[in-house]
Amino acid sequence: MSESVVELTNVRVQFDGGRVHAVDTVSLQVGRGEVVALVGESGCGKTTLIRSIIGLEPLAHGSISVLGESVGGRRGLRALRRRVQMIFQDPSGALNPRHSIYEAVAEGLRIHKVKGHEPTLVAEALSNAGLRPPHRYLRRFPHELSGGQRQRVLIAAAMALQPALLLADEPVASLDASIRGEILALMRSFVDLHGVSIIAVTHDLGLAWNIADRVAVMYLGRIVEVGPTEEVLRVPKHPYTQALLSVVPEVEGLPQQILTGETPDPSRIPSGCRFHPRCPLVASGEADRLGFGDRCRGVDLELEPEVGVHRVACHAVTFAAGATPTTNASGTATAG
Amino acid sequence: MSVEADLPLASPRSIRWSRRRASLAETGRRIRKDRLAVIALLVLIGFVLLAIITPWITDRADFNAINTGNNPTNQPPNGDYLLGTDRYGRSVALQLMWGARVSLFVGFVATVLTIVIGVLIGLAAGFFGGWIDALLMRITDWFLVIPFLPTAIVLAAVLERSLWTVVLVIGITSWPSSARLVRSQVLSVRERLYVDRARALGAGRLHIVGRHILPNVTPLILASATLAVPISILTETTLSFLGLGDPTSISWGGMLDQAQQSSAVTAGHWWYYLPPGIAIMLVVLAFTIFGRALEEVLDPRLRAR
Repeated sequence: MSESVVELTNVRVQFDGGRVHAVDTVSLQVGRGEVVALVGESGCGKTTLIRSIIGLEPLAHGSISVLGESVGGRRGLRALRRRVQMIFQDPSGALNPRHSIYEAVAEGLRIHKVKGHEPTLVAEALSNAGLRPPHRYLRRFPHELSGGQRQRVLIAAAMALQPALLLADEPVASLDASIRGEILALMRSFVDLHGVSIIAVTHDLGLAWNIADRVAVMYLGRIVEVGPTEEVLRVPKHPYTQALLSVVPEVEGLPQQILTGETPDPSRIPSGCRFHPRCPLVASGEADRLGFGDRCRGVDLELEPEVGVHRVACHAVTFAAGATPTTNASGTATAG
Repeated sequence: MSVEADLPLASPRSIRWSRRRASLAETGRRIRKDRLAVIALLVLIGFVLLAIITPWITDRADFNAINTGNNPTNQPPNGDYLLGTDRYGRSVALQLMWGARVSLFVGFVATVLTIVIGVLIGLAAGFFGGWIDALLMRITDWFLVIPFLPTAIVLAAVLERSLWTVVLVIGITSWPSSARLVRSQVLSVRERLYVDRARALGAGRLHIVGRHILPNVTPLILASATLAVPISILTETTLSFLGLGDPTSISWGGMLDQAQQSSAVTAGHWWYYLPPGIAIMLVVLAFTIFGRALEEVLDPRLRAR
């Protein structure tokens, strides 16, 4: 863990004066050159979480440290924002329509007074982001470019500052399917060439599969399962992850599981496990049959603190692991 | 793609200027399509040129009583006096020319004052929000509901009688609407994603206001300024007509006041009240038409119509 680029500890973000818990006690570490995908339904707090990392949302509780330095205070924020950069879901909206591509890329360089010949730096950044030859783009305006090109401009502007961490908020959600792969490959190339770490927010598990080293699944403001991409997506342990995966057409072997029940509302978080009103294990009575249904309804839980890279917040998994040899239900098999 | 765009590594300044030229040319092209706006602009240019050259081609001393003593009074238009003379024997045509200077001057300067106050208040209220917004908007509301004419009359009566007083009166009574306009636009621009991006890049408040918010609010400010000029001119006319203007200067409103005092209407001296009346109407109409056209060109939301 010595090489951790960003470390979130018990982060809580609230809206409406504490009535809405958008992010509720999240801890996460991202190492150097690591790509973490944050997945989950809309409204689960994944975007809020990464906005809080760059200081766009104030923390109600907990702490965030980047490269060992705690995020806080005005001075710290400015320095932080050089080390952490963000790209957005809607590249058209994220570019000022009145600024040329040159100005959009040079903006960050000027704000942080980056040394060097500005036009050269801008041209290099564009070229690294795959906009070649760069001088063709300098005078253009955002509306003259395609969606994929605009996203490349945003990536160029972010990477021009050589950040340690890149936050990507649904980086390809608004792009054509044919462009998505290119943009993802571009992001991956920055990881491989420059060792940047990425936290990518997405509701698209395919994206996670493509570029992420680790996947963190969020539900109602909390991470319910985290682990290496292979493990989480191949052997999901949490019923929520299983349900998410079961509706991805490319994933075979999981019975399709359409979630029912009330849609999650961060202003009214259920007691006990926050997923229990929609959990198929609870709904089918399986949890009660095995004897931990009351815990699901009554006991709130966080990610299991155990060692190991694949961690889950689920009573069924804890129960199965909790040395109860009378049932032969393993964590993965319970929801099968 | 143009050859120009292929030039290697143009300097940022040249990029900025080429963009400004392009957007100005584009605005010009759109305006030119609106024939009424072109006519309005020509009328305005005509009046402004007239106001500028008047001191060179005429002599203000011609109004002095010592020089008008032997002039015929209340003459209808004739060869010597193109628009006739008033009851003191002063040339109406000359008054009209000198009056244009005063009316346009007051119109422009009062507009600048209105817009400057309005932009500062609106920008601060919209950008900072919270209690600053609440406080500034209550002050704005307070100014907005003050009945304009009584305030103007009181202020004009209390303060020194000069053109600057007229400018001040117009400025402090008409800024609230421009403050509200700017605030609403700032509120909408502030929420744009590119402002978030600038913050994420590490930009300070000054940078965000100067580079993102103000440039995106400017077109509306420009259009509203064009529409504020005729209002200022009319206000100056009103104040002068009520005898609250600068007594030492000749303005179109002042001419109407004089005409009214000399019972020009009942006496049938139409050459006394019609020329300033028509001039006011022309300038105000031209500004309004041009302002509307500019607003339509600069505000994409109105362009669709």
